[in-house]
Amino acid sequence: MVLNNIEKLLKKYENGETSLKEEQVLKNYFSSDTVAPHLEMYKPMFAYFLVNQQEQFTKDVPLKTKNVFNYKWISVAAVAVLLVGIYLKEPLKSSYNDYAYGTYDNPEEALNEVTKSLAMISNKFNKGAATVNYLNEVNKGTATLGYLNEIENTTSIIFKN
Amino acid sequence: MTQTEFLNIVMPFKDKVFRLAKRLLVSTEEAEDATQEVLLKLWNNKAKIQEYKNVEAFSMTMTKNFCFDKLKSKQAQNLKIVHSNYEDKNITLQKQIELHDSVNWVAKIIEELPEQQRMIIQLRDIEEYDYDEIAEMLEMNNTAVRVNLSRARKTIREKLTNTHNYGIK
Repeated sequence: MVLNNIEKLLKKYENGETSLKEEQVLKNYFSSDTVAPHLEMYKPMFAYFLVNQQEQFTKDVPLKTKNVFNYKWISVAAVAVLLVGIYLKEPLKSSYNDYAYGTYDNPEEALNEVTKSLAMISNKFNKGAATVNYLNEVNKGTATLGYLNEIENTTSIIFKN
Repeated sequence: MTQTEFLNIVMPFKDKVFRLAKRLLVSTEEAEDATQEVLLKLWNNKAKIQEYKNVEAFSMTMTKNFCFDKLKSKQAQNLKIVHSNYEDKNITLQKQIELHDSVNWVAKIIEELPEQQRMIIQLRDIEEYDYDEIAEMLEMNNTAVRVNLSRARKTIREKLTNTHNYGIK
């Protein structure tokens, strides 16, 4: 009776029509010791299925919570920099006007000062330019070298013939 | 989502992912790497995990696709994942015993099946999913799953009967 049932189930099993419950019945039957001799060949198959159910994944998975960089903080930093910049700029502006540069209120005085300093600059400049005059001597020397061209002319005439 | 919450979701099926990967990739190390990769992908997309209807089925599909990619890239490199190159040429006593070990026959027979049938056998007979779930995981329809399953089972039975009756490999 049991055997008949099992054979029927096997047929259904092969056609892919068994439910999970019926398959469990088959698995139980073939893992028992009382398997009919002519069904012996199914035994390793179901044994294999049962053995493989036990296999486990033992490797560790490194689950890192990666820190995603939050771009919102950039705007916060930018605002902070701006604030510091504005704070530092204000007090410096006023102090510059007071004493950093020497300015003249009287235009005549200013003109005098400017002409004085420009005269000094031209004076020093002329001094420097005077020493450069010696370079003219070099030019004179090269001018005399022009005579060498005459020699070249004559040699070219000779080699032509 | 914290790490513990994630692990609570993933723990129940991580072994199934591993076994499916192993069924496709054959080598245990490769399967471990694949499982790790799949779980890491899930973890990185943990924000979206609530949107998935069935995380388990989704992971299985992911595993399947990942393994196929792996297999394809291996083929492109002309490397076989089957570790036949490590095989000892001498038939040792150990080997002979193995050949007589009928449970190993089953493993070998299943290894020879086409990938799709292998996966279906794995999901149905080992992991005991129902047909709709398998269809969802493998992106097939219900009937196709049944047909393939039936073919796979018949092939296994035929080969086992042959081995059993005549002792041929």
